[in-house]
Amino acid sequence: MSSHDEAGLTPNGNGATCAPVSCSCGHNHGHQPFAGETAREPDPNALISARAVSMWRGSREVLTNINLDVKPGEIVTLIGPNGAGKTTLVRILLGIEQPGEGRVVKPASTRIGYVPQRFEVDSAIPMTVASFLALGEHTTLKDIKAALEETGAVKTLNQQLSKLSGGETQRVLIARALLRKPNLLILDEPASGVDFTGEADLYDLIDRLRARHNLGVLLVSHDLHVVMARSDRVICVNGHVCCSGKPEDVSQHAAYARIFGPQAATVLGVYRHHHDHRHDLAGEPKPLASKPPADPPPPARGS
Amino acid sequence: MFEWPEPFVWRAFFAALGLAIIAAPLGCIVVWRRMSYVGETLSQAGLLGVALGLAADINLTLAVILAAVAAAAVLTLLSRQKMVPIDSALGLMHHASLALGIAAIAVVKGPAIDLMSYLFGDVFAVTENDLYWIYGGGAVVLAITLYLWQSLVRLSLHEDLATAEGISPRLPRAAFDLLLAVVIAVAMKIVGILLVMAFLVVPAVAARPLSDTPGRMAVLAAVMAIFGVIFGLWLSLWSDAPGGPSIVIALCTIASISLLAGSFRRR
Repeated sequence: MSSHDEAGLTPNGNGATCAPVSCSCGHNHGHQPFAGETAREPDPNALISARAVSMWRGSREVLTNINLDVKPGEIVTLIGPNGAGKTTLVRILLGIEQPGEGRVVKPASTRIGYVPQRFEVDSAIPMTVASFLALGEHTTLKDIKAALEETGAVKTLNQQLSKLSGGETQRVLIARALLRKPNLLILDEPASGVDFTGEADLYDLIDRLRARHNLGVLLVSHDLHVVMARSDRVICVNGHVCCSGKPEDVSQHAAYARIFGPQAATVLGVYRHHHDHRHDLAGEPKPLASKPPADPPPPARGS
Repeated sequence: MFEWPEPFVWRAFFAALGLAIIAAPLGCIVVWRRMSYVGETLSQAGLLGVALGLAADINLTLAVILAAVAAAAVLTLLSRQKMVPIDSALGLMHHASLALGIAAIAVVKGPAIDLMSYLFGDVFAVTENDLYWIYGGGAVVLAITLYLWQSLVRLSLHEDLATAEGISPRLPRAAFDLLLAVVIAVAMKIVGILLVMAFLVVPAVAARPLSDTPGRMAVLAAVMAIFGVIFGLWLSLWSDAPGGPSIVIALCTIASISLLAGSFRRR
């Protein structure tokens, strides 16, 4: 068992304070429960729980011992670099795939609204937004309009799905999710294909919906700034749970800095300074997660 | 000058009409799932089915269905390998089944056999018994298609979303392969192995520019196919060209006009 010393790995020397954050960082997975998700038994209040979920692709372990709970009314953000297994985890939570090990617990009362990543409709399929929202659901045109009104996309009603912009597509997908009357919303990279201001608007919308419908929200993201400040809890995933906790704590965490680079910690800091002024971020460096894989692979995967 | 058509013309008409209606919705799904080449491969596996059916002396329609279903199963396995892209793997299977089928039929029946009727069909040789098969089998195929329609559309649109919303992809997909195999077997008599997919794909192509929803596209595809059948049979009787290819010419003409008109209409 490799057991690295946490301090010795800190690349940014701003003193990773681990106190409010779980510091498992993968090195001792298998026998140490993770803070925030410490309970062995799934939280009875949770809308969905993963316990000790592991997954293999061929001989490669893409997820290791993941524990996770989403409770009503909270926004949990899964964050991690590309290829960290975030989408695989979401697919397991949704029941699209079965985990190699571990289990997903979902009370019967949980109704999931899912917004998939990269929803690119083949233009060979003719489909208006209205017909898409009616597809397979017992809904009325009134409900459909109301849902689109709520997500701010009512003018797309009679447009072709394949002709929508990235932001419009996301809003239509969220409307479809809302029509299922969910209490848990799972969104996989909702901001991909959306420009920066559109991205902030989108997260505002998610935040509003959460408050209005008391939704639990599980967000997947590889970008950092806008998402994190709105999250109640951030779980940093890179095959395993590197760290989790409140956004400001995670951003200061060594494992997080190791994955996203030392500047990543400051991104959130800047954002929190200008709480309501997303334009102030215009000069920000791009999210480091989209950097080419120049940084060394996280040492956590040493096993 | 109009003469009331002879019974064999009526039989040809009703056979092609039945096929047009059955094939239209399935053809749309073939187009949406980008399966034209898959269908092509399945239908050519049907030729191998003909050879096996002749050798084993069983019903040829049944033999073709079995061969196409077996080919669909092999394709599912092939799609899991990552060594070569799926269209190349399809190229392998499609040529292998065509070559094997032709060779096997010649070996079983001797070189004198008329391959043309298998490859291009003979719509004017349709018997009354064939018509029962087309309409009986067709009603079952259409009923299953309608029953699975919503699931198939949602899976074509976005498989993960459909699955997350509670549709298990396995059953609709397997059923679809089976339906496709049945349509191929039925259509073989009319347009032949080599032109079967035209009956599925071309009406859907013709319907696409005029459709704004999946259901409308399926209905329009059937309407287009019916026009194609009428126009094609007339063309065949007038020019003495074989029936199957004439219908396909008519279908392709309609689809080309529709696509052309559609591309002008688009802003």
